[in-house]
Amino acid sequence: MRKKLAITGNEAMAYAMKQINPDVVAAYPITPATEIVQIFSQYVADGEVDTEFVAVESEHSAMSATIGASAAGSRAMTATSSQGLALMWEMLYIASALRLPIVMPEVNRSLSAPINIHADHSDTMGARDSGWIQIYCENSQEAYDSLIQAVRIAEECLLPIMVTIDGFIISHAMEAVETFDNKEVQDFIGKYKPVHPLLDIEHPITIGAIDFTDYYFEHKRSQIEAMNNVMPVIMKISEEFKKTFGRSYGLFEEYMMKDAETAIVVIGSTAGTAKAAVNNLRKQGKKVGLLKIRVFRPFPAKEISEALSKLKAVAILDRSAGVNAYTAPLFTEISSALYTHGNNSKAVNYVYGLGGRDIFVEDIENVYKDLEKIVTTGKVENLINYIGVRE
Amino acid sequence: MSDKKQPEGWKQLPIGGAILEGGTAKKYKTGDWRNIRPVWNKDKCINCLRCWIYCPDSSIILKDGKVAGIDLEHCKGCGICSQECPVKPEKAIKMVSEKETK
Repeated sequence: MRKKLAITGNEAMAYAMKQINPDVVAAYPITPATEIVQIFSQYVADGEVDTEFVAVESEHSAMSATIGASAAGSRAMTATSSQGLALMWEMLYIASALRLPIVMPEVNRSLSAPINIHADHSDTMGARDSGWIQIYCENSQEAYDSLIQAVRIAEECLLPIMVTIDGFIISHAMEAVETFDNKEVQDFIGKYKPVHPLLDIEHPITIGAIDFTDYYFEHKRSQIEAMNNVMPVIMKISEEFKKTFGRSYGLFEEYMMKDAETAIVVIGSTAGTAKAAVNNLRKQGKKVGLLKIRVFRPFPAKEISEALSKLKAVAILDRSAGVNAYTAPLFTEISSALYTHGNNSKAVNYVYGLGGRDIFVEDIENVYKDLEKIVTTGKVENLINYIGVRE
Repeated sequence: MSDKKQPEGWKQLPIGGAILEGGTAKKYKTGDWRNIRPVWNKDKCINCLRCWIYCPDSSIILKDGKVAGIDLEHCKGCGICSQECPVKPEKAIKMVSEKETK
């Protein structure tokens, strides 16, 4: 039976993990990780899942053990956040290059220093080229739904996937989440059939062997192609999910974009705040829209560029800093996508919310006001702007 | 013209750099790493098989329980066989510079 539960983002992720019932979860369930694996470990202790839970001594070990379990042929998961993801860095690249379909909930929190455990996207933005599929969620419902889809996406593409929510704003906030029956989830994800399990002793294989100048490049090219092929799989599984469960997800969400003259691009929970701003401005007759990125890896450059093609000006909001004397990651990639697809819209970057600094509806309305000015003058005065920082 | 087989392109390779069969070390000719090569003297050899036990690359070839030669396609020239050879005063395996053998 489907049930509507009042749960936090962490609980929604853990609940989805319970219904996925992975063979192995290896995790380091203390700060900076959120409660996800702590809640999950209670399911293990209560016998509600069949999972072998491996409590390890660090996130580096968590990812290492998850890689080992996945290579052995099991459905393996872990979860992390912030510094925890940073400590996994080395192993993230190994998981993706070995083509292991690991599924990982991730809570977006800032990176030290200074020490801060509040929401921003610095952690996963830093891992954007580690070869993992990345899905960013606006709220707990999306996180729950996306995590279930993630199992199918990872296993069909043979690539690891992280599904993220914003720290505290979503991870610790209670919302209504419609959950499915255990059996429905199991039927949707299906039984896992590993391609080359190490534990298949009838067919001994080697993985992770040394690869010199003669083969490394070919293996990397093959990995790049795997990522190139992910988008149609995401769309196919999304379609199947819609048929089964009724909710629809795309690579991104277009909100009031049809006749929009200006728009902002945003990722994560701020999309909710931005929708409120769009609603307010629409009431005043302003033709404003919003594009919420859901799938950031693979990067849907062509699709995003097309969605933004009719705009006079676009603002791209980043919840992480570039620290590169240029612009922040989302802007850099979207403006590049616009350029390579012949789109000449004026584009401007806003960095906001670092370390969990709140962003308000009025802040976003002000961005639209700036865009109006850019349309009138035809000039972008400051390529990069900072919302809510004290001068 | 070289008769060497062109290595596979990326589309032909198993995913993730996996090697889908066992015993493939045999196909990897490590003999060209060698600076010094073992030269085996059949007449001095007492067939104690210490070289066979110690060789890290399984490059001592046996036939009917006796040393029959050295697999120079895989021997990396580490010299352990010669070091461990107990034959005195002159060892049955001597290490010789590759340059001298050419």
